[in-house]
Amino acid sequence: MTHLPSTENIIEVTYLIATALFILSLKWLSSPKTARRGVFAGELGMLLAIAGTLLHHGIVEYKWIAIALVLGTIIGVPLGNVAMTAVPQRTALSHAFGALCVTLVGTAEFYLRAPAVPPFLMGVLSMEVILGSLTFTGSLMAAGKLQEVLPQRPITYKGQNNVNLGLLGVAIVVAGVLVAHPEKTQLFPLIVGIPLLFGVMMIVPIGGADMPTVISLLNSYAGLSAAAMGFVLDSKLLIIAGALDGASGFILSVNMSKAMNRSFSNVLFGAFGQQQTSVAGAQQARPVRSATPEEAAGILAAANKVVIVPGYGMAVAQAQHKVRELYDALTKRGVDVKFGIHPVAGRMPGHMNVLLAEADIPYDKLLDMDEINGDFPQTDVALVIGANDVTNPAARTDHSSPIFGMPILDVDKARTVMVIKRSMGAGFAGIDNPLYYQDKTLMLFGDARSFVGSIVRELGGGHE
Amino acid sequence: MKLDLLTSLYVFMLAGFIGFEVIRRVSPLLHTPLMSLTNALDAIAVVGAIILAGEYHAHGATLAKILGTIAIVAATSNIVGGFLITDRMLRMFKASGPKRP
Repeated sequence: MTHLPSTENIIEVTYLIATALFILSLKWLSSPKTARRGVFAGELGMLLAIAGTLLHHGIVEYKWIAIALVLGTIIGVPLGNVAMTAVPQRTALSHAFGALCVTLVGTAEFYLRAPAVPPFLMGVLSMEVILGSLTFTGSLMAAGKLQEVLPQRPITYKGQNNVNLGLLGVAIVVAGVLVAHPEKTQLFPLIVGIPLLFGVMMIVPIGGADMPTVISLLNSYAGLSAAAMGFVLDSKLLIIAGALDGASGFILSVNMSKAMNRSFSNVLFGAFGQQQTSVAGAQQARPVRSATPEEAAGILAAANKVVIVPGYGMAVAQAQHKVRELYDALTKRGVDVKFGIHPVAGRMPGHMNVLLAEADIPYDKLLDMDEINGDFPQTDVALVIGANDVTNPAARTDHSSPIFGMPILDVDKARTVMVIKRSMGAGFAGIDNPLYYQDKTLMLFGDARSFVGSIVRELGGGHE
Repeated sequence: MKLDLLTSLYVFMLAGFIGFEVIRRVSPLLHTPLMSLTNALDAIAVVGAIILAGEYHAHGATLAKILGTIAIVAATSNIVGGFLITDRMLRMFKASGPKRP
């Protein structure tokens, strides 16, 4: 180290501090109390690392760097200020941007170094651009589906998985040829182009309810591609940041696949949406009990303990602020109100928590599935708002059910169950929910927002 | 520059383990901010893009400049947008305080 120029030493020190700050940043995120400090640590680390990089003596021209930094900021500010309901598509879009950066740098590095690229370097470079480009188009597709500019319905065809895996296989074989013969530069566009196509094909069969898993998986790929870029550029900082992001996406993917009862290999190979095939066949009109807002309000007011179970339907109906009024009205009457949140409720991990926190519901009332499930037998009323499959008791008992084995919220163990639902249509998996036909279940038919609003009016709450 | 492969692999492995241990402790409550924060941190790839766009290249300089500049724009938008939205989300998480009057 002693023979390095001193600015290089300074740069390395800024990278070292930035690395420590990044790890602290994630550590502080473990609790809502310290989480904002974590964001600050991350910002500080980022600022230090960028400032250090700008000192790099090899940089001869700053004009384009400056223009790009300003342009990126101009694009980034509105992306940081999207509505909370748009957070899933914003997240998917940011995975696409991250992957774009990695792919472009990898492509340029190849052409700058070719034809003399050592085998190991060519290997990680291939991994960088393959993961980068499939994450780029995959994330754009996911964002498009979430924003509903693309059709949300999964599109499946026979042999889809074989076609997709075949595409990926070809890209890997081409990468292998390049490792052996890096002078064949005409092959390089293939290991960018094929994964770009694969990214699109991978998301085509994905439906909305699979999105939490897909976004987590793309998050992991984005991190791994950045780590590969760190190997190419021999940057420890980038390797570490990429590994942290990769680990985070991996943990979330495993969580999501467990919560949907998919095997992990099923998730790894992107074989989503297979359960779509089970069609909501001929359903006999079985009798259900329904109730009016007045009746629902009466039962809620008489309860001691209420658990509200929100799902994507709550987000679609924008009902979270009305739910907050309901929470206030019931709390004021001395009712103990908690929220039970399934890991895959919504369109990305933690989606419901963010929406409810935005509506000013205290976070200590938001409990995840494992925390709340023991409470249901002592619960007077479980109120399900826009959730379906995650409350389906068939997952526990019916071996023939496509969702058998999926962990669910045990709402059927509460004394009374109320379900707000538009109609008797089946959920995403097209599976009938026996919960609705129980004697203790009351169906509240209507739009989630207006129905909750009516209950609040009956309780004499609402905007004071 | 000699590529110190083995050291890099050690760094990757250790960072992976740290990542697992640290992120396992993040409450499911904060999984959305977790994703936006790791995404912002991941955009540290901007340092590679800056060097690519700014360094002198004997050949392929135009390609490096164009791709590097676009890469900086993409990464910077992630840094700015990612930190902004993470902080906005975290500000919303409040514990139930003393009873309101």
